[in-house]
Amino acid sequence: MATAVVPATQDYAGGVLAREQMSLWRDGWRRLRRNKLALAAVFYLVFLVATAIVSFFWTPYKPNFIGACETYASPSGAHPFGCDELGRDSLSRLMVGTQVSLAVGLGTALIVLSFGVTLGLVAGYLRGAVDAVISLVINIFYGIPGLLVALILYIRIGAGLFTIIIAISATIWMDMARLVRGQTLSIREREFIEAARASGARAGKILFGHVFPNALGPIIVQATFVIPIAILTAAFLSFLGVGVPPPTADWGGMASEGLQAIRLQPWIALIPSFALSLTLLAFNFFGDGLRDAFDPRQRR
Amino acid sequence: MTTPVLQVNNLSTSFFTDDGEVKAVRNVSFELFAGETLGIVGESGCGKSVTVMSLLGLVQRPGRIVSGEVLFHDRDLVKLDHEHLRQIRGRDIAMIFQDPLSSLNPVLRVGYQIDEAMHAHDKVPREQVVARGLDLLRQVRVPDAARRVKDYPHQFSGGMRQRAMIAMGLSNRPEILIADEPTTALDVTVQAQILELLRDLNQETGTSIILITHNLGVVAGLCERVIVMYAGEIVEEGPVQRIFDSPQHPYTWSLLRSLPRINADRRERLRSIEGLPPDLIAPPPGCKFHPRCPFRIEKCFDVDPKLEIVGPGQQAACWVTMERAYAEMGARDIIDTRPGAASGIHPPGYKPLIAEGRLLEAPATEEGELVGGD
Repeated sequence: MATAVVPATQDYAGGVLAREQMSLWRDGWRRLRRNKLALAAVFYLVFLVATAIVSFFWTPYKPNFIGACETYASPSGAHPFGCDELGRDSLSRLMVGTQVSLAVGLGTALIVLSFGVTLGLVAGYLRGAVDAVISLVINIFYGIPGLLVALILYIRIGAGLFTIIIAISATIWMDMARLVRGQTLSIREREFIEAARASGARAGKILFGHVFPNALGPIIVQATFVIPIAILTAAFLSFLGVGVPPPTADWGGMASEGLQAIRLQPWIALIPSFALSLTLLAFNFFGDGLRDAFDPRQRR
Repeated sequence: MTTPVLQVNNLSTSFFTDDGEVKAVRNVSFELFAGETLGIVGESGCGKSVTVMSLLGLVQRPGRIVSGEVLFHDRDLVKLDHEHLRQIRGRDIAMIFQDPLSSLNPVLRVGYQIDEAMHAHDKVPREQVVARGLDLLRQVRVPDAARRVKDYPHQFSGGMRQRAMIAMGLSNRPEILIADEPTTALDVTVQAQILELLRDLNQETGTSIILITHNLGVVAGLCERVIVMYAGEIVEEGPVQRIFDSPQHPYTWSLLRSLPRINADRRERLRSIEGLPPDLIAPPPGCKFHPRCPFRIEKCFDVDPKLEIVGPGQQAACWVTMERAYAEMGARDIIDTRPGAASGIHPPGYKPLIAEGRLLEAPATEEGELVGGD
């Protein structure tokens, strides 16, 4: 690893001091750091995750405790973000709301990754009839309105985090599948795949051991764009009242409740909305930064 | 003689494209003995690679083996199912490719890729894999192998990448190593090193080698026996010494003649074979080489010659053979090697091909009319 100083007693081969290996990740991180917006986004996201974790154990007040302060109390020292229509502390609820947002974002990304990547790999690698069927399914899913899926699931399964994640995943996994399919189609033609087949590698090994790592850059980038879409959709569903059931605090629900008093105390709706916007922006900047960082044409 | 390790009988492979059936390999038969080094030579697109890909069932759609059998220890690889074929690939018959950079996965460490080749088969015990991977890299003379196993392919030079590929190919101690133009992408000094390495490995491990190349010098340096392919068919086969000293097929003769010679007159032009290999969708009738052959006779236009014994261990598919060409057509002193030039036989409406870098006027000729060398 880092060979800053090589003691004279230690022998090393070659004239060049072992230069640090520039792996894909290292290289990507180095270029991500150069992008100031992306870097700021990374810091914000780290802060967000930290907030979510802290809120599990500690919030200034109990987030669902009614009467922590006066109804519609303005921001003050004790309640920096004021209180909502039931006298619950907005800051505490905002903190807990982070959990829902991140859970939805990451949960969706996970499902989209596992489904989209697998289907895309299989379709692109096997081609022919299998590809035709998977592509047809993708196109059918593109034709189904996302809101409809959410409403049907809401009625059939009932409200809850799980319902939301499934509903959102079902409406956005196709982009990932298409991307991976396209990547696979091009990677499978490369000679090292041929070489792997000639050396007797199993199909699963070729797909997940050779094709997948080569498509990882675009996949990660796509996944970071899935997260903000999922968070926004979840907030939107909550806003419509088919999201996370009350009293669980989530940003969409908070904005919806705050709407009743938008003329009197606008911050009740604005604060969660602002947190939402900032989060979306951060994920998008981060995704953009990642895309640039993993784009080989940007390599210097 | 002992029984061959690999026996190929009447193998034909075609690609079914929208334009028609491309008959890439037709009725190819040959055998490979244990410890033997066999060269397959020919121009680009004459079916060398497709032949060896067919051996391992690696031809992909729209390509398909149409007929024939590939007997490896009396098992027909053509009829084998996917899983059994997979077990033979890399384990019993390994393959290395032309471009060593694109044959290595760019995002995986070299050492890992070598180990993986062993993990695909359980020939090498799991606990020995890492140690053997390192040993192999040393064996193929990668300097500082212990550190190099952790490198990525782009950190390797071209020659080292090919060495790594060879290490990977040898990792399961295969009986046969197929090298598909292993030195084409490398510069000349590195080529020599790789060939020397292959020769040493052949002698040390007894692995049979099938070497595909369009470079006759490479064949001379490494192979004991040579197969010359043209338009998907074997046109000549024999011991390397015989092929070089006394080629019998005009195509082999032309290939050897077009080798640049270090002791040649400097003003002498590089010799080439006029024209291009034929379209394999609609190949010419008769002998596939007749449109380019200076020694063709009328029979060549419509009757396809079969391989016949022309010398000790040597076979050629030609109606004329060079022996006759020397005796009757003055092949030794021939300068004009345009199609039909030596025999003077052209089909009706014959148009000469490009010669001396310009297109010659096309005189309308009667069948069998003598045009002669101008």
